[in-house]
Amino acid sequence: MNLASPVQTAGGGRASAYFKRLMWPLIVLAALLIVNIAVTGFDFIVPSVHDGRLGGAFVNILRRSAPLLLIALGMTLVIATKGIDLSVGAVYAIGAAIACQYILNGDQSALGVVVTAVTLALAIAALIGAWNGAMVAYFGVQPIVATLILMIAGRGIAQLITGGQIPSVADDSPFVSIGRGAIATVPVPIIIGVAVFAALVLLTRTTALGMLLESVGGNPEASRLAGIRAKGITVLAYLIAGICAGLAGIIGAANLGSADANNGGLWIELDAILAVVIGGTTLLGGRFFLVGTTIGVAIIGTLEVTIINVGLSSQWQFTAKAIVVFIVAMLQSPEFRAWILRPFRTGRPGRTPAAHDPEKAPAK
Amino acid sequence: MSDEPIVQMTGITKDFTGVRALDGVDFTLRPGEIHAIMGENGAGKSTLIKVLTGVHSPDAGRILLDGEPVRFNSPGHAQAGGIATVYQEVNLTENLSVAENLFAGREPRLGPFINFRAMRRRAKALLSDIGVDLNVAAPLSSYSIATQQLVAIARAVDIDAKVLILDEPTSSLDREEVAVLLRVMRSLADSGCAMVFISHFLDQVYEICDRMTVLRNGTLVGEWATADLPENELIGHMLGREVETLDALDRRRPHDRPAQSTPLVSAAGLGRKGAVAPFDLDIHEGEVIGLAGLLGSGRTETARLIAGADRHDTGTIAFDGRRIGGHSPRTAAARGIGFCPENRKTEGLVGDLTVAENMILAMQASRGWARAIPPARRSELVAEFIDKLDIRPANPDLPVRHLSGGNQQKVLLARWMLIEPRLLILDEPTRGIDVGAKADIQRLVAELSDAGMAVLFISAELDEVTRLSDRIAVLRDRELIDILHEESDMTTDRIVDTIVTRGSAE
Repeated sequence: MNLASPVQTAGGGRASAYFKRLMWPLIVLAALLIVNIAVTGFDFIVPSVHDGRLGGAFVNILRRSAPLLLIALGMTLVIATKGIDLSVGAVYAIGAAIACQYILNGDQSALGVVVTAVTLALAIAALIGAWNGAMVAYFGVQPIVATLILMIAGRGIAQLITGGQIPSVADDSPFVSIGRGAIATVPVPIIIGVAVFAALVLLTRTTALGMLLESVGGNPEASRLAGIRAKGITVLAYLIAGICAGLAGIIGAANLGSADANNGGLWIELDAILAVVIGGTTLLGGRFFLVGTTIGVAIIGTLEVTIINVGLSSQWQFTAKAIVVFIVAMLQSPEFRAWILRPFRTGRPGRTPAAHDPEKAPAK
Repeated sequence: MSDEPIVQMTGITKDFTGVRALDGVDFTLRPGEIHAIMGENGAGKSTLIKVLTGVHSPDAGRILLDGEPVRFNSPGHAQAGGIATVYQEVNLTENLSVAENLFAGREPRLGPFINFRAMRRRAKALLSDIGVDLNVAAPLSSYSIATQQLVAIARAVDIDAKVLILDEPTSSLDREEVAVLLRVMRSLADSGCAMVFISHFLDQVYEICDRMTVLRNGTLVGEWATADLPENELIGHMLGREVETLDALDRRRPHDRPAQSTPLVSAAGLGRKGAVAPFDLDIHEGEVIGLAGLLGSGRTETARLIAGADRHDTGTIAFDGRRIGGHSPRTAAARGIGFCPENRKTEGLVGDLTVAENMILAMQASRGWARAIPPARRSELVAEFIDKLDIRPANPDLPVRHLSGGNQQKVLLARWMLIEPRLLILDEPTRGIDVGAKADIQRLVAELSDAGMAVLFISAELDEVTRLSDRIAVLRDRELIDILHEESDMTTDRIVDTIVTRGSAE
């Protein structure tokens, strides 16, 4: 479990552990921003106001990243339990399909219909999340298998809901403003993203949920023997991930004005996992960092724009993303940092990565 | 058969970052003998074997093989030198046939092709040499673990092993399978092969071994011919008496408990198949019950059933005179039963979480996630227990994995003391920790029980058990054989006698 522990020195509390986890992602994000500013000027970062709403390159990145942020935040909680949720992309499509289809069947411009549609979509998404969680917690299905089922079936379900069509919502429907509107000049998706982030931070850190999640993910057997209701907590994590994915789908659909069952949120689960890992939460479970995940999302969002800004063709997108992910992963590895810094450290004997665990070795 | 030793290890010392696993151990193996290495958990048996087979390299000392100094870098290297090992888990390939396993990597060839007919013929001959008759073309997986072990032995023999090491080969075998294995071992020894046998089954050791070397806490206790060392002396040597280090603490005065009081916990016919035979045990308030027995005697299993960590499949358990239905760690904690498991790292602590978080885990679990312990109350409680138990470093925000074993154990104790349990179950709380922390924990147990808490205490060190306990439940071969309760019975010798006499009476 020591794989991703940059904290080798004794001492230091929670705050410094936090900072050490977040330092490398922050440096990468700063580097990306500096590259963009150097190429396109300060307009990149400074928001401008057009037609009564904030604009500018960076604000647009944040606005477009909102669905990914929601999914990645939910994914963070699931990964903290030592799990993973591959079905979020499909739940995104289902959420979008339910909301759009319900609105099409009613009065498109009525606020009540839109509210009911959104509530219904979120309820179904929550149900799907709870289903995933129940399979993992109560029936012992491995998380990757349990959620793979809906990853495959989910888009089919979304197609059944839309009848194989791509339902389009009229531009004058209140629904569309969830994706395109602004409140007090701030785009609605950003507001939703910030609100969900704040809600999850409050939910996990002012109650004991965060600590118990970390305990269950960090050592399931010890948690069981300490009397923790691990099953309920696991289901809750998947349920939150489901709601987040459904909400992400609604924002995505509202932005486009339509729900595409096949391509809406395609591969978004992989970007979300990436953002979580970049943010310092390990796939082994335990400690989780919602702030880190947010930085990870910002890195991924900024990267896509950076590729275009520096004049690379869009074909470079995947390769460039892979390179940045590679760099972040390497920077987070204590072994790699020790190796790369070795020529600069003279006289100080380095810790060998293969050092024996003092208590494990002489056992028996 | 010459008396020249085939293996001679002298002054072997091995350190693992600060922990001395072996300290100047000598070991001599002669051709044609079966030699047992005996000792409790942590005595250094495995480390000694791993030094001999090249898994670990010794920090000091030397190894002579056939009179020549050798230093093996890897198990493969040791095997080439004639030292083969058969482990508890067979390391063969299950989906290949018996013959293919026997000759893997050195198949008889016919030009570029494998000569399967010759391979099968030779395999048959090889196995019949050690008195085993198998269909050598059948996949290995179609045979029992015992037979697979025999195949592993046959393979070791055929590659001209001069020394064969058998590490707990019998622990998953039934009685008849053991008999076959022991017969094969004897016939190999008669043909000159030297064997090292590690087993915690004393009867097997006495049946098959010529000599035994006893280790304790990484040091050599001595080497004896089996015939010269009666079983009770052997057990005494293995368990030892560390009186000098912990003298300071006198034996606790036993409690005068009211004769008719309802027991706090009452187990009747409680048992679990394959873990521990049904037993009866009453635990009263303020009482310290010791569980004594050798490794594998069922001490831990007994504690786990009472703690609700494992489900019992026979008998009943009552708390305060009322029978408990679904007994689980959560319901046990709610009733006030705290359980510190044997393995702190894998079952006790959450290494990534801080000292404070690990401490409040059980208390928080009982409140549910929605009702967090208020931060002020939490810091107050954590500070109180860090101070009371003298946990060092006294930093509540340090990840608990950075603490030493003794301090980790204290964090675990604090977790349960926080919920003010009525029964505290401690499984080997003092294993692998330094003497100071050991004395602290013993003192704490005495204090808690004086304040009315019941304690179920397990330790491999009998001194500790006799010093602290009001009554001692003695286990052997997964069976509770006696409960010692007279003041005069609280001695190490009495426990050893009970283990030996009750065992051989069967």
